[in-house]
Amino acid sequence: MSGGVDSAVAAARAVDAGHEVVGVHLALSRTPGTLRTGARGCCTIEDSMDAQRAANIIGIPYFVWDFSERFRLDVVDDFIAEYSAGRTPNPCMRCNERIKFAALLEKALALGFDAVATGHYASIELDEHGNRELHRASAWAKDQSYVLGVLTTEQLAHSMFPLGATPSKAEVRAEAAARGFSVANKPDSHDICFIPDGDTRGWLADKVGASPGAILDRSGATIGEHEGALAFTVGQRKGLNVGFPTDDGKPRFVLEIRPKTNEVVVGPREALEVGLIAGSSFSWTGLDPYGSGIVDAPADAFECDVQIRAHADPVPATAQVSTSSTGERELVIKPVDPLNGVAPGQTAVLYVGTRVLGQCTIDRTVSAVPVPVPAA
Amino acid sequence: MAVYLDHAATTPMLPAVIAAYTEALSVVGNPSSIHSQGQQAKRMLEEARERIAASLGADPVEVTLTSGGTEAINLGVKGLFWSRGPRKRILVSRAEHHATIDSVEWLEAHEGAVLDWVPVDSEGRIDLAYIAGALDDDVALVTALWANNEVGTLQPVEQLVALAAGHGVPVHCDAVAAYGQVPVSLGGLAALSISAHKIGGPVGIGALVISRAATVTPLIHGGNQQRARSGTQDAAGAVAFGVAASLIAPPDSALRDRLIAGVLNAVPDAVLRGDPVHRLPGNAHFTFPGCEGDSLLFLLDAAGFSVSTGSACQAGVPEASHVLLAMGVPEQDARGALRFTLGHGTTAADVDALVAALPAAVERARAAGYADRVPVRSFPAGPA
Repeated sequence: MSGGVDSAVAAARAVDAGHEVVGVHLALSRTPGTLRTGARGCCTIEDSMDAQRAANIIGIPYFVWDFSERFRLDVVDDFIAEYSAGRTPNPCMRCNERIKFAALLEKALALGFDAVATGHYASIELDEHGNRELHRASAWAKDQSYVLGVLTTEQLAHSMFPLGATPSKAEVRAEAAARGFSVANKPDSHDICFIPDGDTRGWLADKVGASPGAILDRSGATIGEHEGALAFTVGQRKGLNVGFPTDDGKPRFVLEIRPKTNEVVVGPREALEVGLIAGSSFSWTGLDPYGSGIVDAPADAFECDVQIRAHADPVPATAQVSTSSTGERELVIKPVDPLNGVAPGQTAVLYVGTRVLGQCTIDRTVSAVPVPVPAA
Repeated sequence: MAVYLDHAATTPMLPAVIAAYTEALSVVGNPSSIHSQGQQAKRMLEEARERIAASLGADPVEVTLTSGGTEAINLGVKGLFWSRGPRKRILVSRAEHHATIDSVEWLEAHEGAVLDWVPVDSEGRIDLAYIAGALDDDVALVTALWANNEVGTLQPVEQLVALAAGHGVPVHCDAVAAYGQVPVSLGGLAALSISAHKIGGPVGIGALVISRAATVTPLIHGGNQQRARSGTQDAAGAVAFGVAASLIAPPDSALRDRLIAGVLNAVPDAVLRGDPVHRLPGNAHFTFPGCEGDSLLFLLDAAGFSVSTGSACQAGVPEASHVLLAMGVPEQDARGALRFTLGHGTTAADVDALVAALPAAVERARAAGYADRVPVRSFPAGPA
């Protein structure tokens, strides 16, 4: 229970469904702030008190469990390491993978619980054989199945998402108000919870340092200077300061980040278009597509949709598990139409209809079509 | 109904206290008013103050009522420090209650205090030899617990007072945990902090007992209703406190020993913390290797036992006890702390039930491991 409206209503619904429920607030920082600031962040003392108030009203016990050390190692340090490697991580995904549905779930199971219920908008459904499947929430606008794409079949077996079938957030807020929760109208939290002011670039500069470096075009010519390469994201357009108009009159986008040389490579939008995404760190949510009738032969490609960001639209693609040139098994995804702004480190989640098939962390991408590099 | 084994946090109000308290609440009159009704309230208040003073071998004028133990400690520590200017040194151990530690650290940050940290031994007892060596004319005060609120170890208060007296240095003693458990008296102390709700009185009232010989500079300024504190006096609270003080009945140490023996028998690798003999009669404190104290607390709560990890939550996050760390207990071990405190109403059956429930809780808490355990990410198959 974060102290927000979703987890409060989820807890109440789990109680209504007849489960024996205990509210748990995750302490993710050793030095939480006292007061919530605006709509950003979470995890302050005030949020913890909001969660406890909701638990009291529901009539369930409430505990704070300390995962601050694991969160620092598995989410915050991972976030820094990923950016330092020139990749664009999704810390919410890491938190679900390593904290909420790993450290928390394992502690809960050891202490005698059966499952972790959260306020995520996603649905668990059973196929005709009783196998668990993860599906998008009824309200697609609020759907959070993307950040749960990292769950494995085993984790799914011990997860509950009581908000999955709710048609809208407004309905959850109305229910919270009807239940007398003080958090019914609390603003949604967004951004990265451990960067409460939302200034990711400043935060990273503070943690790993930032030094000026070159902005290169694709021919290797220096066309500008940046204040620190790490905070850039592939596909980013703003904040490049390479002058406008450019030679060809077209805007420039970040194509690549080279942390070792502190360089940022930029180019035209077409050069961002990706025709292939691959990652060796992949998992299946529910049954493996190779064993569940989606694909016949073990090596065949299968049709699916791919989504590369929490709020991106899914696009048609084919996917296939194959062996890379270095001998690694990897999930290779080919969007039917080229995808824009795909960054290594991001997670590609595969869907068939509303069902989440699985995911991979993107290691590499291949351009859709070669874009000629102008002479230096 | 849960078995209550957290009397050190607060002990249930005694029925006689509730009766006296509620009756007193219906009496109108500010004890400072001149009229008859005010004088009636004043009489109730002063009779209560006499009872409290009598329980501590002090004179009524030496009892300054406060809002509780924390205010008393703040007043004792800061008030003595200010009155002893220009002396800046404070002798204090790191095993004190947060009310003391945060007060002296505030004085260090804002008032130029120089903190001379007194070591404690592995049982939590302050190092008298260190204090003897450190005492000098520039010491503003020494502050120490009468008994440690977490691990229960009784402190050598008499020897400490004798040492300090040799240098004319005042001693403040935090007797919040000891009061009601062992005989506590002002003796040669400059000031002594106590709290009503630890002895069956209400929350919201405590006292700093200030020796006639000592001066403390007030924290709170206003109508000078008491010797070292301003503010309208809580006559009803004082009445309740006075009744509780007159009914003090220390817990039975035989029950504590039954609990200690039972726990060590049921969980052989549990470690009793604090002095095994010279400890509060209602305190049994252990660390359970491989367990997170808050896992144990949760499991025992679910099984119907109210217990404590002993240490304060820092901003909602359970922290390894600073007391155990000061005693030299490794942080990992300190995380497995659990404190059982007995009081009026605790029975042998309660103790036996706890001992019977403990092994299963320890086994589960061990499986859950420490909070920083690396997840193995292997889960039992089958839907929940």
